[in-house]
Amino acid sequence: MVKAIRYGLPVVGALMMASGSWLGLSWVPAERDMGDVARIMYVHVPAVWMMLLCSLLNFGASLWYLFKASWVADALAEAGAEISLVFGTIGVLLGSIWARPTWGVYWNWDPRLTSVTVMLVTYAGMMAARRFEEDPDRRARVSAVLGILAAASAVLVWFSVKWFNSLHQPQSSPSTTYPELVLTLRWNSFAFLFIAAWFVWERYDLALAARAGELAPPEPPPAPAQQGGAA
Amino acid sequence: MSARVRPGLLRSALVVLRKDLLIEWRSRARINALVFFALSTLLLFSFALGPDTRLLGRSAGGYLWLAIMFSSVLALGESFRVESENAALDGLRLLPVDARAIFLGKATGNAALLLLLSAVLVPVTLAVYDVRALEGLPRLAGVLALGCLAISAPGTVYAAIAAQSRARDVLLPLLLFPILIPALISCSKATTLVLHGDAMHELGSWTGLLIGFNVAYWSLGVLLFPSVIED
Repeated sequence: MVKAIRYGLPVVGALMMASGSWLGLSWVPAERDMGDVARIMYVHVPAVWMMLLCSLLNFGASLWYLFKASWVADALAEAGAEISLVFGTIGVLLGSIWARPTWGVYWNWDPRLTSVTVMLVTYAGMMAARRFEEDPDRRARVSAVLGILAAASAVLVWFSVKWFNSLHQPQSSPSTTYPELVLTLRWNSFAFLFIAAWFVWERYDLALAARAGELAPPEPPPAPAQQGGAA
Repeated sequence: MSARVRPGLLRSALVVLRKDLLIEWRSRARINALVFFALSTLLLFSFALGPDTRLLGRSAGGYLWLAIMFSSVLALGESFRVESENAALDGLRLLPVDARAIFLGKATGNAALLLLLSAVLVPVTLAVYDVRALEGLPRLAGVLALGCLAISAPGTVYAAIAAQSRARDVLLPLLLFPILIPALISCSKATTLVLHGDAMHELGSWTGLLIGFNVAYWSLGVLLFPSVIED
């Protein structure tokens, strides 16, 4: 059963993403004000959602580790941070592609854009700190602390840059948009969710395997050869 | 052996603070290096900007805080480097002292050092960038104190993390700078308002954000620091 879900996730995710791309690119009518440019939203928004979901996972796993140290929590935190970095980068790149024709610039000091970028840098710093730490115990504890601080910083960064400047689209609610848009966005979000869950699962297994390798007792030295080997 | 009462949290924090200030006072090497580093940073910024006096005046607040932030990395790194000599940190940990007291003492000591540094930097900034504090010096002092406290709380936690890793000089700014963005924004905004007048009465909200940042990171520091230095 677990195996079926595990191998099913990428298959269903890929199929849904393929059909979701068709929905977003040709089935949905073009947006009234922005035209075809707005179609990028069907991948941009789910990518950022997955980033937030994975950072939530990282925060939860970090808390879990500090309360009760376990390699499962550490592996989940590592997977969450890394996949969050992946989806966040995709989201910011897509957003910036969309911003050029819409706002006329690739980059501006919009609060959501800036907060997400700051969060990405924070996670990148956390991944770097993990690489520099050799003792697995200490690495897990340090990255749990970093995960909690990163989550706190996300909230503060959000408020500070929100007051700093704002230009981003206000969020629409499903009731104010047309039904095709909502359906396509939801379809794509589930496609991203399956792909993200698959990524996290694989990354979690990798992390656990890496820990097992680090914690395993060193290999015994090879037994001396009985008969003289090389003449 | 007489049974001693274990000193309280604040008392032990004061002892740690006294120890740090004493070490600093005996050599005075750190504060000297910091002042000259910060001064040369201020000069570099003004050269990079060019001789436009009005532009320099408008940017004074931001550059003052950038200079303090860059020097803070040196100050914070140094405050844990002295502990790594002769394994002093291990000695500190072995004492029957609450680890939270070590955080409170060290973070207060770092804040005091940064405040001293900014007391030297402010007159130089006012002269070099040709501004006079319109809203008065007491307010400027308040912003400086809040800002230095805001840098030192997360800074002490990150310096403790970085000090025990392989790449401490690279790691500290990598971890610290993204977290400090809200503090940098509110400090430079508040300082600019103090220097150039606060026509829209915005000073209150930026100070509020700074106080919130302080509350968040001082409490997180007290909670998380013990897991950073425990071994």
